[in-house]
Amino acid sequence: MSNIRVLVGTRKGAFILTSDGARKRWKVSGPHFAGWEIYHLKGSPVNPDRIYASQTSGWFGQIIQRSDDGGKTWNTPGSSPEELKSPDGMSKGESNKFVYDGIPGTHQWYDGTQHPWEFKRVWHLEPSLHDPEHVYAGVEDAALFESRDGGKSWNELSGLRKHDTGPKWQPGAGGMCLHTILLDPQDRRRMFVAISAAGTFRTDDGGKTWKPINHGLHSQYMPDPNAEVGHCVHRIAMHPSRPTTLFMQKHWDVMRSDNAGDSWSEVSDNLPSDFGFPVDVHAHEPETIYVVPIKSDSEHYPPKGRLRVYRSRTGGNEWEALTKGLPQRNCYVNVLRDAMSVDSLDPCGVYFGTTGGQVYASANAGDNWKPIVRDLPWVLSVEVQTLP
Amino acid sequence: MIRVVLPPHLRTLARVDGEVELDVAAPVTQRSLLDALETRYPMLRGTMRDHVTQLRRPLVRFFACGEDVSHELPDAPLPGAISKGSEPFLVIGAIAGG
Repeated sequence: MSNIRVLVGTRKGAFILTSDGARKRWKVSGPHFAGWEIYHLKGSPVNPDRIYASQTSGWFGQIIQRSDDGGKTWNTPGSSPEELKSPDGMSKGESNKFVYDGIPGTHQWYDGTQHPWEFKRVWHLEPSLHDPEHVYAGVEDAALFESRDGGKSWNELSGLRKHDTGPKWQPGAGGMCLHTILLDPQDRRRMFVAISAAGTFRTDDGGKTWKPINHGLHSQYMPDPNAEVGHCVHRIAMHPSRPTTLFMQKHWDVMRSDNAGDSWSEVSDNLPSDFGFPVDVHAHEPETIYVVPIKSDSEHYPPKGRLRVYRSRTGGNEWEALTKGLPQRNCYVNVLRDAMSVDSLDPCGVYFGTTGGQVYASANAGDNWKPIVRDLPWVLSVEVQTLP
Repeated sequence: MIRVVLPPHLRTLARVDGEVELDVAAPVTQRSLLDALETRYPMLRGTMRDHVTQLRRPLVRFFACGEDVSHELPDAPLPGAISKGSEPFLVIGAIAGG
């Protein structure tokens, strides 16, 4: 029988939740890296026991952690004695060294002035689909880095940040973060990223050059609501069998594209609010998608205090509220952009974490929910591994 | 031996308990002390000073003999009590936030 491992990043450490395939009884381990913000953890699809974690602190900066035994033990990559010496004999310790390529330049600040690009933290780690040593990092201020040595050292794929539109990118309320990285399973040279608040970008040449793919997005709060960049994209998702179909939760509006992002159309329709953060796709049904509507950008909690996941089995527009097992009164938590994930069992499991510290799971594609754990710190991210 | 007290989070990261002892050639300065500390514990690189500029991170402070020496020049000699090991050099996470 398969096993499930849920990787939870919180504001005060990481937690690992495990169960067999029945998904009824869960074991909770942690906190790992207690007291640190863990923005994201994700396992390699090639070697699931290889897990990367982004550990960060306003005091001590960025740390990258790596486990090679499924989260039992952790190390900063490259910390064995023989790995720590550079040719001149000095210590390396560069697993947390994220340096922009060349002169970083400036981007737009909140007040419209130009502001220097400054590295702050890693928001998202995306291990390669093909090589456990290869991993991408989406960072704040927005840029894409990669490591090809298991996280020991990092280089920027600077074609993205140096795009002509870079000086027009601006931070959202949470900072100017590159928070989503989608790798095309059918084309090694194609990937998608999303940045708040710049929008969505695609490369077709392995990261050398990038194209803004925001046509069809409409953001009323911008001077030009249909601008090429500047949209506050909260999350994008794809099903691996259909990498040209993308789903997006924008600041407002749920969108879809059927041409790899070249154009987008709105599919919010009967949602009670089209503001929210996560969007995800069922593991076996490419047209079944999930969002968590949030009342508004000024009131980051569910409408009417009722926590509801909304599911569409038609790729958008026709949404049903999933309520069974979720609090339907006095609930004022939020669900952040990286805090929803699915397993690949049948029926598909769906998981999400809240700012109230609950991690909810459904073992039947969203029909019924139960909290796996309910008093963790503010949940920043949830990733799920389906293990043989 | 030079004695260094790290804040709890950096002790955890470096996997040490209590004070750290370092052998640092005279004259002992902030720079030579931190260089030795990072050489012994490379996972601390970038946590106290920026990797590239080598400037102290804004919310990290250095204390010696009861004095805040965070703004002293990095190559200025530290007090003799630090060099002799009779007093520890303190790395502090600033009290910030609410």
